[in-house]
Amino acid sequence: MLRNWMQRITLIDIIVWVIGLAILVGVIWGSIATLSAGKYSAETWINLTISGLALGGVYALIALGYTLVYGILRMINFAHSEVFMSGPFTATFVADALIAVGWWNKYPWLSLLIILLSAAAVSAGIAFLLERIAYRPLRTAPRLVPLITAIGASFFLQYTFRGLYGSGLKDYPSMEMFKGFWMIGDIRIFRTQAAAIVGAILMMVVLYSIVQWTKLGKAMRSVSEDKEVAALMGIDVDKTISNTFSMGGAAAGVGGILYLFLFPVAHFYMGFFPGIKAFTAAVLGGIGNVPGAFFGAMLLGLLESVGPNLFLDGLGVPTPSQLKDAIAFTVLVLILIFRPTGILGEKLTQAKA
Amino acid sequence: MQTQTPSPWKNAITAGLVGGVVAVLMSLVGMVAAFKERYIVSGMFTMSQILFLAPILLFAYSAIRRTAPQPAHKIIRIGSLSGLVGSTVLAVLVIIGKYVNLRIMFVNASPELYGILTFNQASVLGLLLLLFMGIVIGAVAGGAYLLPQRVRSALAQATIWVCLIGLLRDLIVTVSYRWGPIAGIVKYFFSISGLKPLGAVFLFLLIGGINYWRGGKPKSVRTPNFANQKPLRRWLTLLGAGLILILLPSVLGIFFSEILDNVLMYILMGIGLNIVVGFAGLLDLGYVAFFAIGAYTMGVLTSPELAASPLTYWQALPFSLTACVLAGLILGMPVLKMRGDYLAIVTLGFGEIVRLLALSDWLRPWLGGTQGIQRIAQPRIGSFLIKTQQELYFLFLAGVIIVAFIAWRLKDSRLGRSWMALREDEDVARAMGINHVITKLMAFAVGALFSGLGGTIFAAKLTSVYPHSMNFMVSINVLCLIIIGGMGSIPGVFVGSLLLIGSPELLREFAEFRYLVYGALLVTMMLTRPEGLWPEARRRLELHEAEELPPPEDLQPVTNNPGQ
Repeated sequence: MLRNWMQRITLIDIIVWVIGLAILVGVIWGSIATLSAGKYSAETWINLTISGLALGGVYALIALGYTLVYGILRMINFAHSEVFMSGPFTATFVADALIAVGWWNKYPWLSLLIILLSAAAVSAGIAFLLERIAYRPLRTAPRLVPLITAIGASFFLQYTFRGLYGSGLKDYPSMEMFKGFWMIGDIRIFRTQAAAIVGAILMMVVLYSIVQWTKLGKAMRSVSEDKEVAALMGIDVDKTISNTFSMGGAAAGVGGILYLFLFPVAHFYMGFFPGIKAFTAAVLGGIGNVPGAFFGAMLLGLLESVGPNLFLDGLGVPTPSQLKDAIAFTVLVLILIFRPTGILGEKLTQAKA
Repeated sequence: MQTQTPSPWKNAITAGLVGGVVAVLMSLVGMVAAFKERYIVSGMFTMSQILFLAPILLFAYSAIRRTAPQPAHKIIRIGSLSGLVGSTVLAVLVIIGKYVNLRIMFVNASPELYGILTFNQASVLGLLLLLFMGIVIGAVAGGAYLLPQRVRSALAQATIWVCLIGLLRDLIVTVSYRWGPIAGIVKYFFSISGLKPLGAVFLFLLIGGINYWRGGKPKSVRTPNFANQKPLRRWLTLLGAGLILILLPSVLGIFFSEILDNVLMYILMGIGLNIVVGFAGLLDLGYVAFFAIGAYTMGVLTSPELAASPLTYWQALPFSLTACVLAGLILGMPVLKMRGDYLAIVTLGFGEIVRLLALSDWLRPWLGGTQGIQRIAQPRIGSFLIKTQQELYFLFLAGVIIVAFIAWRLKDSRLGRSWMALREDEDVARAMGINHVITKLMAFAVGALFSGLGGTIFAAKLTSVYPHSMNFMVSINVLCLIIIGGMGSIPGVFVGSLLLIGSPELLREFAEFRYLVYGALLVTMMLTRPEGLWPEARRRLELHEAEELPPPEDLQPVTNNPGQ
C-alpha cells in the first residue's frame, strides 16, 4: 500500500503539496499571531461573522445557478454573473417607479414583493434566452466551444447593460423597515444583514424542495444523471434544461436584491466578482450539489469577511481587506488542487469534470 | 435539419422581427447615434444608417435563403415583407419614444437617435421613409439572392470595401498627405468626412469589377501554396513583405505607428496564448499575469526608484523572461490535472491574484502599489536609445518575428504534435506515450515567455507600469483575437489583432463598444464559424467532420442561375 503510493507520487505532487502546506502554515501562524495580540474584541469578530454569513447567503443563491447548470450540462455558465447583475439593475428601476407612484412608503412589503418578482423574472428571462440562443445549438460541440461562447455572452450582456443604462452607479433606495439595527447584548445586527441571511435561507429551502420533491426537480435530476435515458423515459430534455436555467436565473435575481441590501448600488460590472466567488462557493461545496452550494457559500463568505483580519493581519499585511478578493481566489485554487470534489462532493471523477 | 418546411411568409416575419429587435438594440445601446458623424459617402449616408439597416438586410437575406426555392417575384416579396417587419419594429420604437420619455431608463433614447432613424425628416414623413427603406432593403436582399453567385459576391465585396475605405478616410488621407503626388489623387476621392459620391461610385465599380473578373478564374489559382512556389519567387515575396514592414512606420507617421505598436504587442501575446489555447487546448484566462510579471520584473530591476543599482534593459531582459517562465511553471503545476472549465477559472483567479498583489499596500515597498513604477529603462543599442513610437516599432517587430518563427517551427515539431494530441484526447495521447506533464508545462512556459516578452517591451515603451493596466480585459482581448483569427493558426493571430486591436483605435466611436462587439463576435463566431477567420487546416477538419456531405445549397435549386 505505502509502496504503491510511493511509486505513484511525482515531483510535481510534492511541489504542489509544499505550496499548499506553506499557505496552511501561513494561515495558522497569522491566526495565532492575531489572536494572541488581542487587537480585536469579541464583538468585532461576531460582527465580522454576521456580515460574512450575510454575504455567504448572497453567494449561495448565485452559486445555485452554477451548480444546477453544471449538474446538467457539465459546463460552467460564465455568463451567470451577468444574469445576477441584471437583477439589481431591474430592482433599481422598479424601485424608482414605485417611489414615483408612492407605493414605496405606503406599501413597503408589497413593493418588496414586486421588486423581488420582477428581478427574478428578468434574470430568469435572460438566463432562458441565453440558453436558447447561445448554448443549445452547441450542446454537442467540443468542450471549449460552449465555454468560449459563455465568455462572449458574458461580455455581450455586460456591455449591453452598460450601453442601455449608462456606465454610472445606480443607487438603490433603502426601505424604512430595513433601516437601523438590533442590539443583542453587545452585538449589533443590522436589519439588512438579517434580511439577507433569512432571505437566502428561505430561498434555498424553497429551491431545495423544488429540486428534491417536485416533478420538475425529478426531471432535472434524471437529466443530470443521463440525458439519453431521461429522454427515453419521456422527459423533455430541452424543456428541463430551459427550466433549470430559468430557475438558476431566478435565484440569482433574488440574490441580487439581497446583495443590494448589503451594498445599495447597481453597476454594470458588479457581476464579475460575486460571480467568480459564487462559483468558488459552488466548487467548495461540491459542484452539482445544492446543499453543498449553500454551505460552501457560507464558508466562503466567512473566510472573506473574517480572513483578512484573522490571518493576514497577523502576518503583518497592511490594510488586509484589500486582499479579500485574493483570499477567495486562493481558496478556489487550493480547493481545486486538493479536493476538486468539494466538501460535500459526490463521486465527481475526472471523466465528469 | 428541419422536418417540415414552414411557410416562407412566417419565416420572413420572424426574421424581420429578429432583425428589427437587433436594430433596436443597437440603437438603444448607442451605437447608431455614436456613428452619426461618420460619413461613408459624404453628405449622403453615414455609418449609423448602415448600422441599423444592416441587421434588417442580413436577416431578410437569411430568411430567403432558408425558404424553399420560389419564383423570382415571390422571393422579392418575401424579402420586402421581412424588411418591412424589421423597419416597423424600429418605427414602433420611434413612435413610443415620441410619446413616452424612454430616457429615464435608456440613456441613449435621445431625440437625436429618433432623428437619425427617421432620416432627419418630419415625424410622419420620416416614419414613412423608414418603412419604405425597410421594404427597399428587403427587396435588395431578395434581388441579391436571385443574382448569380459570381455577381453577388462581387457586389458584396465592393460594398464592404467601399464602406471600409469610407470609414478609414482619416487614415488614408493623413498618410497620403505625406506623399505629394498621391495626395492629389486621394483628395479627389475623399471629402472632409467619408468619400465623395463620385469617388464612391468609381471605387465601387472598380472593386466590383476586379472581384467579378477574379471570380471567373478557376479557384485553385486563387489560393497559391506558399511552399510550392519557386524559391526565387518565394524570396521575392519575403523581401517585399520585409521592405513594407520596415518602411511602414515612416510611411504612417507617429500617431498610426503608436496604433501599430499596440497591434504588434497583441500579436506577440496572441502568438503566445495561441500556443497555450490553440495548440495545447488549455484555456487560459489569466494570461495577463505573465504580461504583468514581465513588465513588473523589468520595472523593478531597471527603475532607479526601486532598484539600488538599476540594470539596463538588456541586462534585465533575461531575468524578466526567467521570472515569466517560472511563473508559467508555478501556474502550470497545480492545474495539470484539471481540464476545460476548471482550468479556465483557476487561471482567471491566478491573473486576478497577481493584479491584486501588485495593487496592495502589502507589496508597495517592492512593487509600488497603486502608483506603479516609473522611470523604467528603455533599450539602448550602442549609443542609440530606442524611445519614440517609430523606433519602438522595430523592437516589437523583432519580437514578433522571433516569436512567430519559434511558434511556426514548434507547430510541426515533436512537441507541437504532442500538444495537439493532448488537445484532441488526453487519455489516448498518454496511452501513446506522450508525457503529459512535460508537454503541458512546456505549453505554459512558452506561452508565459512570449507574453512576458511583450510585457517587457510594453514597460519600456511607456517607461512605467501600473497595476490598472494589468486587468482581466487584456486577457480577454488576447483571447478574442486568437479565437476570431482562428485557434491554432499563426496568420490568424495577425488577422485577429489587426481587426480587434487596430479598429477601435482607428475608429474612436467604436472604442466604446469594443467589448460589446467582441462578445457578440465570440458568440456568433462559435455558433457559425468556430474555426475562425483564417483557420488552421486540421482544426477546420475536426470542427466540420459531420459536414462532409455538401450542404443542400450547393445543389443548385431551380432558378434562373446561369452563373454556375
